[in-house]
Amino acid sequence: MSGTDMSVVTEVPDPVRMPPERPSWRTRLRGPAVFAAVAVLALVVAPLLLEPFRLGLLAKYLVYAIVALGIALAWGQGGMLVLGQGVFFGLGGYAMGMYLKLTEAQGGLPDFMVWSGVETLPALWTPFANPFFALAMVVVGPVALALVLGTLVFRQRVRGAYFAILTQALAAAFVILLIGQQGLTGGTNGLTNFFELFGQDLALDSTQRGLYLAVVVVLGLLYLGTRQLVNSRFGRLLVAVRDGEDRVRFLGYDPATVKTVTFAISAGMAGLAGAFFVPVVGIISPALLGVVPSLELVVAVAVGGRYALAGAVLGAVVMGYAKTIFSEQFAGGWLYLQGALFILVMTLAPKGLLGLLRRRKEVAR
Amino acid sequence: MSALLSVRGLSVVFDGFTAIDGVDLTVEQGELRFLIGPNGAGKTTLIDVITGLTRPAAGTVRFGEQDLVGRREHEIVRLGVGRTFQTSVVFGELTVAENLDLAASFRRPLWSLARRRRGISEAVAEALATTGLAELAERPARVLSHGQRQWLEIGMLLAQRPRLLLLDEPVAGMSLEERSRTGELLTEIARDHTVIVVEHDMDFLRRYASQVTVLHEGRVLTEGSVAEIRADPRVQEVYLGRARREAKDVVG
Ligand SMILES: Nc1ncnc2c1ncn2[C@@H]1O[C@H](COP(=O)(O)OP(=O)(O)OP(=O)(O)O)[C@@H](O)[C@H]1O
Ligand SMILES: [Mg+2]
Repeated sequence: MSGTDMSVVTEVPDPVRMPPERPSWRTRLRGPAVFAAVAVLALVVAPLLLEPFRLGLLAKYLVYAIVALGIALAWGQGGMLVLGQGVFFGLGGYAMGMYLKLTEAQGGLPDFMVWSGVETLPALWTPFANPFFALAMVVVGPVALALVLGTLVFRQRVRGAYFAILTQALAAAFVILLIGQQGLTGGTNGLTNFFELFGQDLALDSTQRGLYLAVVVVLGLLYLGTRQLVNSRFGRLLVAVRDGEDRVRFLGYDPATVKTVTFAISAGMAGLAGAFFVPVVGIISPALLGVVPSLELVVAVAVGGRYALAGAVLGAVVMGYAKTIFSEQFAGGWLYLQGALFILVMTLAPKGLLGLLRRRKEVAR
Repeated sequence: MSALLSVRGLSVVFDGFTAIDGVDLTVEQGELRFLIGPNGAGKTTLIDVITGLTRPAAGTVRFGEQDLVGRREHEIVRLGVGRTFQTSVVFGELTVAENLDLAASFRRPLWSLARRRRGISEAVAEALATTGLAELAERPARVLSHGQRQWLEIGMLLAQRPRLLLLDEPVAGMSLEERSRTGELLTEIARDHTVIVVEHDMDFLRRYASQVTVLHEGRVLTEGSVAEIRADPRVQEVYLGRARREAKDVVG
């Protein structure tokens, strides 16, 4: 436009005309400083201080934190309440489990198949003997499923509670499918009795410590990557889709594409987490990925603070520890406590623990 | 000059209620067209059909060489038709600049959006200058006043660089001062864009309109210059028949 006449609407009478907030170097450095401190804690201090059993537990919580990161992206940023992340977690976990079972069977049949009278290796299993295929499937499987599902569902403008219920139903159906295929999946017991990973004895403390460190590094990288995405144009678009999907169409974007891509990314993260879970915990089974575990992770994200990625990680670790402690003390009580905590957070502190921490800091300043 | 927009025999039915009944409308390249009519005349519905939000029961909408009926909303935007809404919807969590930047970026491939925005693009800077929102660029849109929101919407529309702009009651709820600023902004935009403006306000119409189409009960009542429209007794009758005295004040 050549004739941009500045006099047209320059004098704006308004109460909000203030210079833009330019963050001081102090506030700008706070994020990286906290990240570095947490990284040192996780990579150096924790392995030194925690006995192997406790370190293993922390590794498990951090695996869940990877799923939580994906939930924070899809739900907190994108407004998609994903209640069935266990499905993707399971796909990743089973891909890894199948690979481990096949390397241990050394060309023979995995133990549970022998017990259930299977005589030849099912065709579905064969390619998983290849580590590259199996590791690729850890991410490709969940991403592909999420892409197909997202394309079908979001194009039909299914959203809100309908989408949430759909993902939950998917988790329920997945569990039924797994249990029904005893010879193929190990049924209710799932896949367990793993002894080695890439030639390393899984029972050794050093292997477990290595796994723990790998989980920390992967979580850290995913955190940074997700943060980058959230701060990008795509991240802004995602927030726009969350807050006004119908308006976004008139900006020339298809919200279905934006949501599908985001859903697929969160699914990929869940799949990767599932793959780590197998060697860290030593089992993958339907009970670990059904409706309840999927829901627990969403609760953890809500408690930690779904609008911030760090909140999701915090929530996964805090709720993981809380569950362990309370289950040790009074079994069964955890479910109620968890529910109460969830309601409390959703009503009193929608930004979760992280929101509370940040508010205190702001008040203190 | 060739017709940029050509609507023929358009009908829209909502659960048996005919909101639009055989409307024809032709808008030439470069035109500034006002669309008026009493409440419920079908003005918004007409815009909804052009932009893909509502499916017509019958009729065609041609935009240049393209047929718009049956296309999805974002596809129509991609062809170069942009709109604002009667009640402005901007993204409160995003800053003014981010709102404009999103509007300006839809032609980029999706993967390239994964990069962070660096600075302010030319289209955004222009929109900020034209709408006078430059000083508020880094403020979240939720702090804007009603008038500023409407300007931001218009700015987002400009940042899209559309070939046809559809504005639904851009001055509704604005103060007198804001109205005249918007009017000037509109004149400014109309210099190098094709624009259709829905507007109730007769005073606004008198000051800024040239060509006017009057809708009434889903039909085109008449078309013409502002003077012709104001002189037309049928317009006076239907448009403000319910309040004759007011009609005299406003139209006469
Ligand atoms: N989605 C819908 N379902 C049913 N009826 C509708 C719908 N949208 C509009 N209508 C009806 O269609 C008619 C035309 O509405 P429209 O919003 O186009 O009028 P308008 O000219 O924009 O009026 P206003 O000046 O009040 O904005 C009205 O009677 C309205 O009640
Ligand atoms: Mg209207």
